[in-house]
Amino acid sequence: MHPLGEKYIRKGTLPYLWCPGCGNGIVLHATLSALDELNIMDRIALVGGIGCSGWIPTYINADTMHVLHGRTIPFATGLKMSDRDRKVVVFSGDGDCLGIGGNHFIHGARRNIDITVVMIHNQIYGMTGGQVAPTTPYNGKTKTSPYGNNEPPFDACELARVAGASFVARWTTAHPRQLSKTIQEAISHEGFSFIEVLTQCPTQAGRVLYGTANAAKLLDMLKESTISITAAKNKSAEELQGKLLVGKLYHDECKPEFTSCYYRRNNAISSL
Amino acid sequence: MEQVEHNIKIMQGNEAIVEAAIAAGCRFFAGYPITPASEIAEAMAQRMPQVNGVFLQMEDEIASICATIGASFGGMKACTASSGPGISLKQEGVGYAAVVEAPIVIINVMRGGPSTGMPTAPGQQDIYQAKYGSHGDYEIIALMPSSCQEAFDLSYKAFALAEKYRVPVYILSDEIVGHTRERVKIPTGLKPVERKEPPLKENYKPYEAGPDGLLNGMPAFNKGYKILIDGQLHDEEGNRAAHLPEVCAGLTERICKKITDHANQLVDIEDSFTDDADILVVSFGSPSRPALSAVKEARKKGIKAGCVKIRTIWPFPDNVIADLALKPHTIIVPELNIGRMVNEVKRVVAGKCEVVSLPKLGGLLHTPSEILAEIERRSKVCTR
Ligand SMILES: Cc1ncc(C[n+]2csc(CCOP(=O)(O)OP(=O)(O)O)c2C)c(N)n1
Ligand code: SF4
Ligand SMILES: [Mg+2]
Repeated sequence: MHPLGEKYIRKGTLPYLWCPGCGNGIVLHATLSALDELNIMDRIALVGGIGCSGWIPTYINADTMHVLHGRTIPFATGLKMSDRDRKVVVFSGDGDCLGIGGNHFIHGARRNIDITVVMIHNQIYGMTGGQVAPTTPYNGKTKTSPYGNNEPPFDACELARVAGASFVARWTTAHPRQLSKTIQEAISHEGFSFIEVLTQCPTQAGRVLYGTANAAKLLDMLKESTISITAAKNKSAEELQGKLLVGKLYHDECKPEFTSCYYRRNNAISSL
Repeated sequence: MEQVEHNIKIMQGNEAIVEAAIAAGCRFFAGYPITPASEIAEAMAQRMPQVNGVFLQMEDEIASICATIGASFGGMKACTASSGPGISLKQEGVGYAAVVEAPIVIINVMRGGPSTGMPTAPGQQDIYQAKYGSHGDYEIIALMPSSCQEAFDLSYKAFALAEKYRVPVYILSDEIVGHTRERVKIPTGLKPVERKEPPLKENYKPYEAGPDGLLNGMPAFNKGYKILIDGQLHDEEGNRAAHLPEVCAGLTERICKKITDHANQLVDIEDSFTDDADILVVSFGSPSRPALSAVKEARKKGIKAGCVKIRTIWPFPDNVIADLALKPHTIIVPELNIGRMVNEVKRVVAGKCEVVSLPKLGGLLHTPSEILAEIERRSKVCTR
């Protein structure tokens, strides 16, 4: 086992239930190294939704809640508000976060509550066997869009930003080191931080949307379809055609954070 | 009787619940407006900041119960309140709280249903929802106040039971209790309910239960326990155990039996004139007030009537009701629904006497004379 795994994996939960080549392992590893760098295991609370990606925090030996489908952010809100010194990180699938949990997502962002949401975007409902998600590309064929998806997908980063998130970033599992650094930065940020991670799901999305279950190929596709926000600066519109921006997309360090504002107000009232 | 010093306040049932929660040490409330429970959220919004607690108006009732469970494991005593449609939305959270054994209090100020139903009228139609509303096998505790005093006393008690049994506890109030203003005696020096911290040791197992099926205290996050809380059926360590049938069966059985095995300790009834009664009125919540008036009137007329008010309705007080059924020839069950609890009474009475349903629908409370009329009718039909 990798030394980070040796140090932080909750042994009783093994073996991993993910398919070979699944991107969730990369997100888990990026998270472990971020938490290790921050040396924050005692102060962290982790929350996982329901879906393949929701399992990520259950493998980490921290204080963890594996909750209900779509409800990660409300649980995280209760955890954060009951101890403002705690840092809370949520792992939520694209269906979990934007479908069933969409309302909680926009309200969490609106409050700018100090929670980090890592949304695992595999373009599909993986765990239930490959149904259409709010992130499935238009025309994409899945088990519940057999003639092609009739709905356009959400841009989750854009949604987070307009709803009020103060830190927004996007990476892919083809950028594990950058992802880990960004998770660190997002946890350190005080406010609602959102990281969208495009991941390969060889078993479901890979096969039905891209005609391959080869993880390496899918990772190459992720790399090729994205360009970092810094590299994009010197590129023409044509060169950027069809490329998705990755990196830190938005960061407002001054926006008031919900928990600290709440307690500041409370202190003024309770000392009256 | 021991004299307890107390302050007397005039308050609404909904306010009494809030004051009791705060006295019990509740410092977290998450809710969403709904008639006739909104005054609870409003009073919580006013009071929580004064005691350095947290009030949150969430985006819906699902978020409210989930935040409440999060806060409970976050280290605070926590509750949520709603009515009809909102309580329906909370049900997935109730099952989660039951299986992760979260000590939370859920207040349902019952209104008439189904659906949007009768928002401003009382009902008692949700008693089975409280017991069976979420999917799967589990048990909860439910307490039913019939006055503002009971709203206070039972709410305080709800927090103590939630901690002791590590279970969601319902307060099933109703629109009448919620909106009535009455004198409430508040004992001075009421101490917050204790939350016992489990001993912090290497390889702490969050779901290792004692022989009575109960867990030892309630751990909080970020206190060194490093626990996994999972709605999937789990082993003593909290690890998912879907592949281990005995472990899953054992957990399901334990979370049910830890309540049903303690049914006798949880009994909370008030009986009046039952010693020699030929006719008993068994009721709970608001109808128990006209029931008592009716029984007193009946006594004046020489009818040996008695009444029993059930305050802990889940687990149902099987043994007590079965014993009380030995003497009378008839039990009358008035309730603000189509006739639900009467089935529990019939089940435990098991033919030892006649059990008569006196349902009342449409959002009105029984009048004492309606109940008296039924008592008189039954006393004529059957005289032993
Ligand atoms: C209320 C509820 N509805 C449906 C489900 C079934 N379900 C489990 S996981 C899932 C979808 C998961 O998709 P996503 O959130 O994208 O996660 P992924 O598996 O792709 O990582 C669904 C619909 C559920 N567990 N709960
Ligand atoms: S279905 Fe997809 S997301 Fe789920 S474990 Fe398999 S590869 Fe990963
Ligand atoms: Mg998905």
